[in-house]
Amino acid sequence: MSEIRNAFKKARSEGRCALVVYLTAGYPDRESSLEYMLSCVKAGADVLEIGVPFTDPLADGPVIQATSAAALKNGMRPGNVLDLVKELRRSTKVPVVLMGYYNPIFQIGEAEFVKRAAESGVDGLIVADLSLEESKDLMKHCRKRQVDLIQLAAPTSGDERMRELAEATSGYLYLVSRLGTTGQSKEMSDDVELLIKRAKTAAGDMPVAVGFGISSPSHVKRLVEFGADGVIIGSSILKKVVEGDGPEKVASFVRGLREACK
Amino acid sequence: MSGKGRYGEFGGQYVPEVLMHALEELETEYMLSKNDKRFQEELRWYHVNYGGRETPLYFARRLTEMCGGAKIYLKREDLCHGGAHKFNNVMGQALLAKRMGKTRLIAETGAGQHGTATAMAAAVLGMECEIYMGAEDVKRQRMNVFRMRLMGAKVNEVQIGSRTLKDAINEAFRDWVASVENTFYLFGTAAGPHPYPMIVRDLQSVIGKEIRAQLKEQEGRLPDLLVACVGGGSNAIGTFHPFLKDKTVRMLGAEAAGCGIATGKHSATLSAGTIGVFQGSKSYLLQDKDGMINEAHSIAAGLDYPGVGPEHSFLKDVRRAEYIGVTDEQALEAFVTLSRLEGIIPALESSHAVYAAMQRAREMRKDEIVVITISGRGDKDLETVHGLGLIR
Repeated sequence: MSEIRNAFKKARSEGRCALVVYLTAGYPDRESSLEYMLSCVKAGADVLEIGVPFTDPLADGPVIQATSAAALKNGMRPGNVLDLVKELRRSTKVPVVLMGYYNPIFQIGEAEFVKRAAESGVDGLIVADLSLEESKDLMKHCRKRQVDLIQLAAPTSGDERMRELAEATSGYLYLVSRLGTTGQSKEMSDDVELLIKRAKTAAGDMPVAVGFGISSPSHVKRLVEFGADGVIIGSSILKKVVEGDGPEKVASFVRGLREACK
Repeated sequence: MSGKGRYGEFGGQYVPEVLMHALEELETEYMLSKNDKRFQEELRWYHVNYGGRETPLYFARRLTEMCGGAKIYLKREDLCHGGAHKFNNVMGQALLAKRMGKTRLIAETGAGQHGTATAMAAAVLGMECEIYMGAEDVKRQRMNVFRMRLMGAKVNEVQIGSRTLKDAINEAFRDWVASVENTFYLFGTAAGPHPYPMIVRDLQSVIGKEIRAQLKEQEGRLPDLLVACVGGGSNAIGTFHPFLKDKTVRMLGAEAAGCGIATGKHSATLSAGTIGVFQGSKSYLLQDKDGMINEAHSIAAGLDYPGVGPEHSFLKDVRRAEYIGVTDEQALEAFVTLSRLEGIIPALESSHAVYAAMQRAREMRKDEIVVITISGRGDKDLETVHGLGLIR
């Protein structure tokens, strides 16, 4: 069983849902982003999603667009992200998922990228603009190197499609909570409950982690009630980094989210 | 790599899962509409009565004489309603949107021609309309912004990235992932994820089909060379596609070489780019070694795009069509030449095609025929050209 699955299993055995934290590699700079990552892990993140900056992140909202652009300006390229993970690995065993877009992977070459990612200590990949139809080859390479390729499911995915996605994914099924890009939202729609039910039915044993627009401990609590196996939080944490909160302050926000996972 | 929507290895559907359902629905409805006689009749009605089709195929006598080679014909898409070929695609997609029960149209625009055409279609069909346009383009195409607003469209200035067409497309996609239930994304060029390259090509093929029939009537034969400008490539693919099987017909795409390909400030995706995946499909693009997308440059906002439609990438690789770069300066020269010789002011985009065609025509025999697609009229560019102080 993969490290990612183990993390979800451990959370379940403790009677809570898993907390997945997203941070952009290289934001606000290389060293600080490492510090933020480690403090989030200390504060209780079960899985780290590390954003690989791309020039045209069309599935992302304003916060991740801005942090990606800034990180690129700082020279944070895909190769540097892998080095960053290597360094992170000296301090923590937390499962690491890289989240990004397909073209940088395509340029390095799918096989080569997955090989280098695995060697750097990466446990999983999420490719925001790679549809299930286009991900067959990457899936093969990932399986060979025991890297989880995590598929996204959306409110627009029908029941049949949801089953196909759940069958194809590994690690967890990333359930997009609402229509739209990544980013905060004030309220959580009641439709999410039904959406989670649909995803859970399709997923069977596969954990379902819910992301997009989750901004507060109260959102997390509701998702726990609805039966989510994990919650994924990015923009609302990154926003604090953007506003200048240090690793300690961010960690205390993450602790609050983790508390709500129970 | 899947087999869906492929042109050789190019094309495909590289999009977030949230859009997959919408693309599938679009493809299904489009295929149904293609075989629906009433739908096709309605589209044809708008072409004739609203758009002013067919557009003339005009023998440019003075331009031909000046070049001293092949006979040059101009396909006058600049006379289409709205001033560009964009009408052909927009009217088809807008009627499709209506058929699908969507109430809101969104679109990206570079030069503002596609945005203008979308605003037109939304007005005439009574639909809501929102346009995304890079802030840089808003500045250089002010009159088109005004036209869109006048026709009731909301124009959003995009302030991110290079603040041009590619960023407008990113923002339109972001809108669409949030609004997909009631909104139709009216894509402006033969690029993006399947089925857009196919739909836009089919709808623009009216250009090539008319050329074929009109030239047969006027000259009794097929052209020897077709020339069109290529940004995303919609007017070019619409010109080329109906002739792909005619082996004697050569095809030339004029890309924007901007300040010169060597300077790195250009939009010559096919001439100088490499293969990658961008905004939904695999194609040639302008990128660095890490797969980050480079900023494009051209004096013509409508060509200022680091990607290109996948079918052009395919036609380049199988050598069915040839693509060359034309610089800003050369395009301006053609802009003035056509205005002076024929009293036709071409769009700066189309001027790239005019320049490339003039060069080729000079080397061709007098009994050969070149057809240039004048994709749009140059009124929108008068401010830009005037600002350069070329004409006193």
